[in-house]
Order: sequence, then C-alpha cells, then structure tokens
Amino acid sequence: MSRTDSKSTTFVMERESIAPPLAVNGLTAAYQKKPVLRGVSFTVTEGELVGVIGPNGAGKSTMMKAALGLIPRLSGEVLVYGKPYKQQRKLVGYVPQRESVDWDFPTNALDVVMMGRYGHLGLFGRPGAKERAIALECLAKVGMADFASRQISQLSGGQQQRVFLARALAQDASLYFMDEPFAGVDAATEKAIITLLQELKQEGKTVIVVHHDLATVEEYFDSVLLLNVEVMGYGKTKDVFTQDLLQRTYGGRLAFLDRSGLAQPDITKG
Amino acid sequence: MSDFWILLTGVLVASCSGILGAFLVLRKMAMIGDAISHSVMPGIVIAFLLSGSRDSLLMMVAAMACGLFAVFLIQLFQQKGVQADASIGVVFTALFAIGVLLVSLFARQVHLDQDAILYGEIAYVHWNTWIVSGVDLGPKAVWLLGGTLIIIVTVISLFYKQFKLITFDPALAAALGIPVALFHYLLMGMVSMATVSSFESVGAILVVGMLIIPAATAYLLTDRLGMMILLSVGVGIASTFVGYGAAVIIDASIAGCIVCAAGILFVLAFLFSPSHGFVAKKLRLRKLVA
Ligand SMILES: Nc1ncnc2c1ncn2[C@@H]1O[C@H](COP(=O)(O)OP(=O)(O)OP(=O)(O)O)[C@@H](O)[C@H]1O
Ligand SMILES: [Mg+2]
Repeated sequence: MSRTDSKSTTFVMERESIAPPLAVNGLTAAYQKKPVLRGVSFTVTEGELVGVIGPNGAGKSTMMKAALGLIPRLSGEVLVYGKPYKQQRKLVGYVPQRESVDWDFPTNALDVVMMGRYGHLGLFGRPGAKERAIALECLAKVGMADFASRQISQLSGGQQQRVFLARALAQDASLYFMDEPFAGVDAATEKAIITLLQELKQEGKTVIVVHHDLATVEEYFDSVLLLNVEVMGYGKTKDVFTQDLLQRTYGGRLAFLDRSGLAQPDITKG
Repeated sequence: MSDFWILLTGVLVASCSGILGAFLVLRKMAMIGDAISHSVMPGIVIAFLLSGSRDSLLMMVAAMACGLFAVFLIQLFQQKGVQADASIGVVFTALFAIGVLLVSLFARQVHLDQDAILYGEIAYVHWNTWIVSGVDLGPKAVWLLGGTLIIIVTVISLFYKQFKLITFDPALAAALGIPVALFHYLLMGMVSMATVSSFESVGAILVVGMLIIPAATAYLLTDRLGMMILLSVGVGIASTFVGYGAAVIIDASIAGCIVCAAGILFVLAFLFSPSHGFVAKKLRLRKLVA
C-alpha cells in the first residue's frame, strides 16, 4: 500500500469518528395537528445495516421523509455526516415505498435508474453515455440487466423493487434510506436484495431499512430502531430486539411473538 | 392567405398545448388545465378594462396571475381537506363566474365578445394584424403564440430532467434538491400563458381539448416520455389540418371541427393502438387462448 493510500484511509477514519452518517435529535413531525413522530433521537453508526421496525402508521416512512426534508419538521435536528441534509444530498440515497410512484409512466427500467444520476448532473446537465453506462451496471447488480428496455408497468412488483434499488445504487451514496425494499418480493429476490445490502455494508456504506418481517430481523440487521411515534428502543439488535420491547412497540397488538414458536409448528401438530 | 394564417395559428396552439398537455396528463392534472383556462377569464377582463386593448402585455400578465392564483387556491383547499375534484370545481367556476359578471357589468366599455372568449374565432385571426410603421407583420395571434411556444420549448428543454422527475417521482425530486413547488408553478404559469395566447383563436373551452386530447392520445401510442410529447404535438397538428379541412367542407366552426378531429383521433388510438389499443389487447388475448 502506498503512502497516499494509507493517508487517505486515516482521513476517512477521522471523518468517521467525528461525524456519524445520521444523527437525529428530538425530531417531531406532524401532517395535521397530532404529531406522527415525537422527540425521536438516535445516532447511526457508519457501516451498519439498521432495521426500522414498528406497526403500520408508526411513522417509519414519515421519519425517513422528515430526515430527507420531504416534509417539514416541527422541531429537532437531523445531521448527515455532521451537516444538515441540504448540504449533503449527494451522500444520501433514497428508495421510496414502491406504491409512491405511478408505474404506468411512459418510461423504461434503464431510464428510471438513470434518474438516480440526476442529483450529480447539475442544473442544466443532461444524462449521457456515462450515466447510461452507470445505470446499466446498477441494473446488472440487481440482476435486471435483461429488462433495461422494458416499459416499467410491464415489470412484476419484485422487479420494480429491484429497479428502485438499482436507481438508489446509481445515486452512489454513502447513506441509504430504504422504505420497505422487501415488500411483496419473493424469497429469491429478498435473498438478492439482502446480499446487495451486505455488499454495500462491506463498502463502508450505511443502510437504514424499514422492515416488517420480524422473523428475519436478527439475521439481517446490526442495529434496530423500534418506532411507534416515539423511539421504543434503539441499539444493537441483540440488545433491543427483545420480547418485552417488541410488545411495547406493537402496543400489545402483537398477539404473540415467540420466535422459538415460529420454528415449532410440528410440535403442535404432532 | 387566410388559410395559411389560420392553419399556422392552429399548429402553434397544437404545439404549445401538446407539450404542456403531456405533463398535465401524466401528472393527472387534466382538470387543472380546464380550471386554469376558465380562471384566466377575470384576469383578461380586468386587464382589458385597465388597458382598453385586447393584445396588451398586461392582459397576458393579468391572465397568468389569475391562472396561478386558481392553482394556488385549488391546492390550498385540497390541503385543508376539501376533495381534489370539488376544490377544482369550486375555484374555476367561481373565478369564471366573476369574469362573466365583469363582462356583463362593463359590457359597454369592454368590447369583449363572450362567445369569442368561450369558443374563439380562429377564422378571424388574420384580420387582427400587427402593423409596425406601416409594415404588416401578420396576425398578432401568431406572434403571441409563437412567442409562447418559444418560451415553452426553451423552458422544457432546459429543465427536461427536472420536469420529468417531478412528474414521475416528486419525492425523489425533492430529496435530490429539485425545487418541486417552483417547477410546478412554472409549468402552471406556462399553461396559463398558453391558454391566454390561445383563447382568442380557439376559446377558453376548446383550448382544454387541445391541452388534453392529443396528450391522452399520445399516451396510448408510446412508452417513452419524449416520444409522447412529440406525438402529442403531432396529433394536435394533424387534428388542426383535418379539422380545418372538414370545417371548410361542411362550413362549420373551425375550432369545433379541430377539437372534434382530435376526439376522433383519440378514439382511433384507443381502439387501434398497437401497444395499448382495445383491439390489439383483445387479439393478444385470443392468441393466448387459442
Ligand atoms: N400525507 C399524509 N397526510 C396526513 N397524514 C399522513 C400522511 N402520511 C401519513 N400520515 C399519517 O401519519 C402516520 C404515520 O404514517 P407513516 O406513513 O409514516 O407510517 P409507516 O410507519 O410508514 O406505516 P406503514 O408500515 O403502513 O408504511 C399515520 O398515522 C398516517 O395516517
Ligand atoms: Mg411506510
């Protein structure tokens, strides 16, 4: 390793130790009068996969939107690598919930992925051969290279999800927000996506994922944010993903979450 | 010569509204176009009262202000919990009524023909020419529409990627730092402009047809946004020629015939589009079953 290399590594290490990818402090947000998020605070460590867990309507999507400045905050502060999001846009990638766009829009998969590059193009820049190449590469990474020129309404739900993921990859960010990337995908796609997320993590990137399947939380995530309007728990998965905290997060609506129970249907049968 | 000017006017109206219409249709705002075209009415009348002329810059500005005001009101009501279609209906009928009221109140001062505002008089565009120091430069409507078209083409091509992204995925657009609201009002401002420039030739009601029908037709014919915009303009221009020809033959309202022609082209696309058409879909199904 050359001297300059080790130097730049030290530099990166320093930046890491100074500013976490995401620091949320006392975030409160509301659509109408009643706050949907109240006093949410947590700090994400670089290079982690973070799961955001909570019941429907808990404010998981809202938390991401507020962090990205898509909805106004009533109070609180969100820092991305130590600075307000507005100054760090290029470092952040976003995968919205799939239902948030109209898939009948006249465009194809490649074009959607190229949209991930728009943030790097400046005010008047146009996507060109370079953007095309990057987008194709990203489509290949999610196993969708063969569908590049397919009209997006003619993709299955799981394929659409992969296109969204490829678009986020094209953003070439350091911190990713992903809203339910596993929603409605089959086991093979889920496997492909989680492999991809782990690759991102290996590259030192940080990924925050809204997730609903409690059975896979321990397997997938380094840290977990339990959210239900307020933060019900945040920390390393093994410390936070407990029966007790989950019951509190889901407000007793979780009739039973016996994780050993998930593996025991045979016993009850036999 | 009058044929030429009428057709050129029609082509310009088709081009302006075809480009903007594509975005309106994709943003599911077809009825916003309708609302704007009616809401500019009080602006036109007030500007006319102030300036005493129907081709002033003031008229353009006042009408645009009214159009944007209507868009703003519609959004305000929606945010405060009124249903989307109800708030559109309330705002544009109320503003339009104010316009009608003003025209009837000041009928003597305002030499504005209500019928002309509503239905346009494309047949007479070549009567109202622009004469600069004795030189006849052609119809004012053509200059106005030409200027509007240049503005629309310039703005849309400069900010094509922004308009595309706020239409497809406004959340990502906002996250990337694109000022979504600004581009929204820019688009609505251009729709107001196109409406005002067209109202003299095709009228407040038919301009909506030119905004929406060619774009809706183009939507059925392609899977690419750029192509949709070109086809939308193309369908509008085709409607202009077919409609004008028909109007001459059957001696009927030119603007009416143009929009009817657009309607017929839409039905043809709806039935026979190779990708989205009714017949093609039926045939594909039959092939699958057989
Ligand atoms: N645009 C909106 N206007 C008004 N209220 C909203 C809006 N979007 C969400 N809400 C409300 O805010 C609360 C939180 O919504 P949010 O979408 O953040 O939940 P979520 O945790 O992402 O749920 P899900 O698991 O269903 O995606 C809900 O009670 C919802 O009704
Ligand atoms: Mg959500």
